[in-house]
Amino acid sequence: MTLLSALLRRTALGVATLFVVSVLIFIGTSILPGDVANIILGQMATPESLAALRAKLGLDEPAHIRYLIWLTDLLSGDLGFSKAGAGTGTVGTPISEMLTPRLINTIRLGGAVAIVAVPFAVTIGLLAAMYPGTRLDRFVTFTTLGLISVPEFLVATLLVLVIAVQLGWLPATAYISGQETGWKLVRALAMPALTLVIVASSQIMRMTRATVLNVMSSPYIEMAILKGVPRRRIILRHALLNAIGPIANVIALNLAYLVSGVVVVETIFAYPGLAKLMIDAVQTRDLPLVQACAMIFCATYIVLIFIADMVSILSNPRLRHPK
Amino acid sequence: MAETKTSFEELPDAPPRRRLRLSWTGKLGVVVVAFWMVIVVIGPSISPYHEADILDEALFIVPGSDNPYPETDYQPPSAVAWLGTDYLGRDTLSRTLFGARTTIGISLASTLLAYLVGVTLGIAAAVGGPVLDSSLSRLNDAILSIPSIMLALVIIAAIGSTIPILIVLTGLIYASTVFRIARSLGLDVKVSDFVEAARVRGEGLWWIITREILPNVAMPMATDFGLRFVYVILFISSLSFLGLGVQPPQSDWGSMVRESLSGLPYGSIAPLVPAMAIATLTIAINLIVDDVSAHSGGRLAGRMI
Repeated sequence: MTLLSALLRRTALGVATLFVVSVLIFIGTSILPGDVANIILGQMATPESLAALRAKLGLDEPAHIRYLIWLTDLLSGDLGFSKAGAGTGTVGTPISEMLTPRLINTIRLGGAVAIVAVPFAVTIGLLAAMYPGTRLDRFVTFTTLGLISVPEFLVATLLVLVIAVQLGWLPATAYISGQETGWKLVRALAMPALTLVIVASSQIMRMTRATVLNVMSSPYIEMAILKGVPRRRIILRHALLNAIGPIANVIALNLAYLVSGVVVVETIFAYPGLAKLMIDAVQTRDLPLVQACAMIFCATYIVLIFIADMVSILSNPRLRHPK
Repeated sequence: MAETKTSFEELPDAPPRRRLRLSWTGKLGVVVVAFWMVIVVIGPSISPYHEADILDEALFIVPGSDNPYPETDYQPPSAVAWLGTDYLGRDTLSRTLFGARTTIGISLASTLLAYLVGVTLGIAAAVGGPVLDSSLSRLNDAILSIPSIMLALVIIAAIGSTIPILIVLTGLIYASTVFRIARSLGLDVKVSDFVEAARVRGEGLWWIITREILPNVAMPMATDFGLRFVYVILFISSLSFLGLGVQPPQSDWGSMVRESLSGLPYGSIAPLVPAMAIATLTIAINLIVDDVSAHSGGRLAGRMI
């Protein structure tokens, strides 16, 4: 019963957060006087044509009405029109058409990263925690500290330098037309995915190690050590079970952090994903497109954080039955 | 008033100051950070060229060669340009030295702003009663639930990017994380016995904040400042790298990497120099923070990731 109410409360909180985020994004892009009508018409704007286009786009309504229209459109899947391809009289390309292929590409990239990074990082993190203070542990701690403190673009740059330039194994940019299958797709995904795997795994490794070591310092583990249970068995049978919740939490959190990693990595490799689309939209000040992309990224982020929350509640009896 | 002050000083109430012992990695960190801080101050005056100078072709003429118009872009390191030249033929070393001031200056200003806003509001939320606390905390939760880069991209798309905008934007975005930490530390200290004692003594709110709460949150906040500074440097550099931060011709480490990225296939080190500059600085700060937090219980770093 308490579990159900905790779930419901978190869900309500998640929905409320999404709502506030949508308000913030809407305000963020409409603080300036220049509106979409101005941007579309550009130099050719006359007061009459501006007024006509504003009426057509519904921009002559007060801000809160415009917000409600935007939100209902968004919820019904109508993301509005991009500035791209817009001229006098036309309002541009429908955003949903532009988004779909990009979204698929980004999901492919994110999925590939998650499939590779999660098992790899959790295993290494566990190994480091199993043998603390050994050469392996020190290597992992030091390398991951280095990796999390440098920008993603440095990792990407070094990878390009070594793998694409020196060794010539893979292309330096990821060109995807949407028709690729099998091996070609893997090749195109390899460099951006590898970069993100390195960035995401170092965080997951560090936090997995820290979590398991944290559990290892609890009294019941001390008890197990004292009664002579072998170390490997303590980790796998005693510590890991209690660390699963926090580790799952770590994984969900880090997949959420991938949102910002994706932005940089897609730009470097010219990977035609959603983030690249958004950066291009920011550069051309295509506000409706920026809004749509930002909403998708923020929603993904919030959902992942929500999953992280859920996992930690479900895996922790004390959170499941709050006093 | 003066009398009470002297009598307070006579009381042996304060424990002796703990000296901070750093391991060799921590010391290395201090040396590297100090090096970059010196560069921030004197960088532009010791740099061989100006950051926007495109080096003259005449400088690159090889003696004995009959080519009067040699290439100047993406040149390898030489006596003319110690670290080579970038895609326009500008000196990489000079741009890195100038860029230190831009990158570190903007990051430092943003972090300070984040701390000013975050600590003020955080402590206010901790001592200011439930209404102020919950309204500030809810607003903060909403801001924290947006990836910081998304927030920045949306705002930059709307109002463009200049250095003051960058500083204020980054400062406000990172103020939300500072707020959370300052508030929770403030709440911890607020319920401690010595604050109770001060309150029972009849001390005012301001006295309690400045004399009891702030000194006690100072050390953990200082460690956090280091971490936050690293995040801000990475954030600003990433924005510049995306072409949305510092605008040319001003040099800044993030945008330098971006500008010269196309030289990578030709084996130019132009994009690597500024990238390494960022990496050395951020790794050095992290080494110090790791060392300090290991000495203060070691739990801090884990909590703040």
